[in-house]
Amino acid sequence: MKTTRLRKFHQAKWDEPIIFELTKKGERGLLISEAEKEIEESIGDGISALPDKMKRKKAPGLPEISQMRVLKHYLRLSQQCLGADLNVDIGQGTCTMKYSPKINEILIRSPKVTELHPLQDESTVQGALEIIYKLDTFLREISGLSQFSLQPGGGSSAIFAMASIIRAYHEANGEAEQRDEIITTIFSHPSDAAAAASKGYKIITIFQDKDGLPDVESLKNAVSNKTAGLLITNPEDTGIFNPRIAEFTRIIHDAGGLCGYDQANANGILGITRAKEADFDLCFFNLHKTFSSPHGCGGPAVGALGVTKRLINYLPVPIVGFDGEKYFLNYNLPRSIGKVRGFLGVFPVILRAYAWIMSLGALGLKEAASIAVLNNNYILNKVKQIHGASAPYAKGRHRIEQVRYSWEKLTEETGISTEEISCRMADFGFHLWSSHHPFIVPQPFTIEPTESYSKDEIDEYISALNEVAKEAYQNPEKVKNSPHNSVVHKIDNSTLDNPEKWAITWRAYLKKNKIKE
Amino acid sequence: MNTKKGSAHPYIPNSAPEVKAKMLKEIGVNNIDELYSDIPETLKFKGNINLPKALPSEYALKRHVEEILSKNQTCEDNLSFLGGGCWQHYVPAICDEINQRSEFLTAYAGEPYEDHGRFQALFEYESLMAELLDMDVVNVPTYDWCQAASTSIRMACRITGRNEILLSDTVSPDRLLVINNYCRPIVNIKTLKHCPKTGAIDLNDLKSKISPRTAGIYFENPSYLGFLESQGNALSDIAHENGALSIVGVDPVSLGVIAPPSHYGADIVCGDIQGLGVHMNYGGGLAGFIATHDEEKFVMEYPSRLFGITKTAVKGEYGFGDVAYDRTSFGLREKGKEFIGTCSALWGITAGVYLSLMGPEGMQKLGKTIMQKSQYAMKKISEINGVKAPLFNAPHFKEFIVDFNDTKVPVKEINKSLLKHAIFGGKDLSDDFPELGSCALYCVTEIHTKKEIDSLVQVLSDVLNKTDIKKG
Repeated sequence: MKTTRLRKFHQAKWDEPIIFELTKKGERGLLISEAEKEIEESIGDGISALPDKMKRKKAPGLPEISQMRVLKHYLRLSQQCLGADLNVDIGQGTCTMKYSPKINEILIRSPKVTELHPLQDESTVQGALEIIYKLDTFLREISGLSQFSLQPGGGSSAIFAMASIIRAYHEANGEAEQRDEIITTIFSHPSDAAAAASKGYKIITIFQDKDGLPDVESLKNAVSNKTAGLLITNPEDTGIFNPRIAEFTRIIHDAGGLCGYDQANANGILGITRAKEADFDLCFFNLHKTFSSPHGCGGPAVGALGVTKRLINYLPVPIVGFDGEKYFLNYNLPRSIGKVRGFLGVFPVILRAYAWIMSLGALGLKEAASIAVLNNNYILNKVKQIHGASAPYAKGRHRIEQVRYSWEKLTEETGISTEEISCRMADFGFHLWSSHHPFIVPQPFTIEPTESYSKDEIDEYISALNEVAKEAYQNPEKVKNSPHNSVVHKIDNSTLDNPEKWAITWRAYLKKNKIKE
Repeated sequence: MNTKKGSAHPYIPNSAPEVKAKMLKEIGVNNIDELYSDIPETLKFKGNINLPKALPSEYALKRHVEEILSKNQTCEDNLSFLGGGCWQHYVPAICDEINQRSEFLTAYAGEPYEDHGRFQALFEYESLMAELLDMDVVNVPTYDWCQAASTSIRMACRITGRNEILLSDTVSPDRLLVINNYCRPIVNIKTLKHCPKTGAIDLNDLKSKISPRTAGIYFENPSYLGFLESQGNALSDIAHENGALSIVGVDPVSLGVIAPPSHYGADIVCGDIQGLGVHMNYGGGLAGFIATHDEEKFVMEYPSRLFGITKTAVKGEYGFGDVAYDRTSFGLREKGKEFIGTCSALWGITAGVYLSLMGPEGMQKLGKTIMQKSQYAMKKISEINGVKAPLFNAPHFKEFIVDFNDTKVPVKEINKSLLKHAIFGGKDLSDDFPELGSCALYCVTEIHTKKEIDSLVQVLSDVLNKTDIKKG
């Protein structure tokens, strides 16, 4: 394989103390506008209004640090973090780490966004409501479904909302108690099982057949008059498109259940295939994945939830309507599940998704999907050539937006695990994520290139992967003891599962290690 | 695409024709359609997505979006007294500087090696909140207070093995909608009456309703209606005597001056961190926290990520990682505790920056200033003929009910008039709490000046004296 130049990377290592270690009595980071003299004269200290037992006796043990030192501390921490803006972030498969355009950041920083209160009179937020309404209509076109709620605060919240709607639907038909099972698949996101279980459902998980696709015979055996619904991704984490998906939805519908499509990641199929054609009743898109809003170290986010016409009345309230002149909040959904998040959802995320779609348009969305798939299959071809790596299932077939690979052979031959390879990849400035549990694919890793990275960048990532695999055979100790060029060295995880030793806060750490401040 | 035929969109490098051709060749296919060969024709979308004309020019896009946004009127352009779950506080410049950093903004789920900074920043956030709350365990943020309260309730049920929760009927209606949906059909939610004079929970009602089925009592301080629930100790004692937990929602902004719930017996504490350095963002700034003591039976019931500090192979080096990862749904799917996914982590980092800047004295002064300014506002508003604030005879923090009943004017009309004077009046409570009649929930924080409060009072008094305002 032709190898591209390997970067001589070293991550910033500031050896920065914990924030509490920076405290210096008397330092101040920020002064506020205190009450005017006249107020003080009229009211007194204000605190006297509190009954004695409600007064805080001792000031909170926060550190005292001057402003520039606080800034420097957090800037240094930021430098010890690899965002998608800095690395070739294709190694976090399923997460869709694409480019989040900077113009959208400029737009969301406008006071016209940041300084809006969610309870303002409708007449004063026509711009915000217009964006929400229009994004809803865009997503209807993209999915083929009839109405979206942009309220859920993430993909898992949207899954919980889907499970809630499924339950409310069966309740309306007097079948909620009887239909207490949700079916999902092992290569669907863990939350498809977990959020539905949180709604009180028993979970039936369909495993893969020899081709890596969810086994349709198992599905047939699983459905009954207890079936409430199906929650499934397609393509699943393997990146293999399930060509029998319409058969899945038909089997569920025939059994009286509803079908929810987890499209958290829809990046390979925009404009290619939709929830509607596969006959789903519900779907959701993560606006922080496919629709480019940045991931923010794990949110804030939006799981945009769509439904067919017959389920609109079940959506969380309010949705945004338009009467031809004005945008307004519509609470009139008689069977609404209520709410899944305060107010209307995360508006900056909604705005970024709106701007991203407007920049690309219909053909651009399809081009983004197509190139994401092109990039993925290009990588598939390259990874298969790496000694010790393989792409289980669907031999000789193409994949959609990602592939779940395996280091099984490499581990067998060298003893080096996926986790150790991930650590070594950090030395080249890259992430390599293993996979969701359980590890059905042995020693898994999942790569999803999206449309955002150039061929040269992809080649560089592959070269690093190739180099680390080579090292595993030739110099395993180097991989085992990695990372060498990252912020920290091999972490001792033994304390993290031990209640006597774990320390979730600095004060707990000081107590458990008998350290005096 | 609307760019010139053959030219690549700036967001999609490999749509450059030569690159695309090279890659296709290497894969061994003639065109991209072949890569979709697994998708049956019947499932393929034959049409074109019906979307407005694309604006690939960055300038055109900026103009377009700004034109829509210009239709918004903000709490900066106007004088706002809205609260009720989202609050206008001052956001220090450094909070935005940090949360806009590419490294934090575009990171996600990296390992503690390459994302050491993300782990440390969120560990520090947990630690700073722990000081404010005087508790030893705080989670990586969940979606918002609504979710934090819902999960706290579900945790209490798992910890006690019971399935009923008693909560104050003054909890925000929005929050109650989330809690009810999140608990149904697992947990029974029963409401407790409040004393019409003070707003406090009616202890007799509580005593008559608490039972061996009760997993916990949930109340808020300050309550949604602004008053403080001063019976914290009594409520926690009653819960504990009955084998139930005390769950308290709290505004962390108040904790420089007001005793944290752990001081009056709370077992699980939750709330929202939006007030700690995050812009309102039309409600998008919300993020929830949950705190407990460091006991295994509590820690093991969190669904959230909990970042812990540990050692590395190098002496003196701090490392970080997930504490008890296997309790989560990432570890165990449906057998994990509730579920976990992307929530509101960036706002956690931001709140950490805020608390680092404020320090102990800053939080004390903030709390004191808010109490002074809100008390001043109540005093001045009460001087208006027929208007009374607060409604409840209790200490308040930053929000309070203004009672307009004696003016016979509905809040809706008052707010309409205020809006003409560029004032966003307090939230109209008449739909959610019809028994209160014409009442509004006002919020006064450290950002309100005396002049602004005086101007509210002046305008209010003017509009109420105007003859044309509709009487209810």
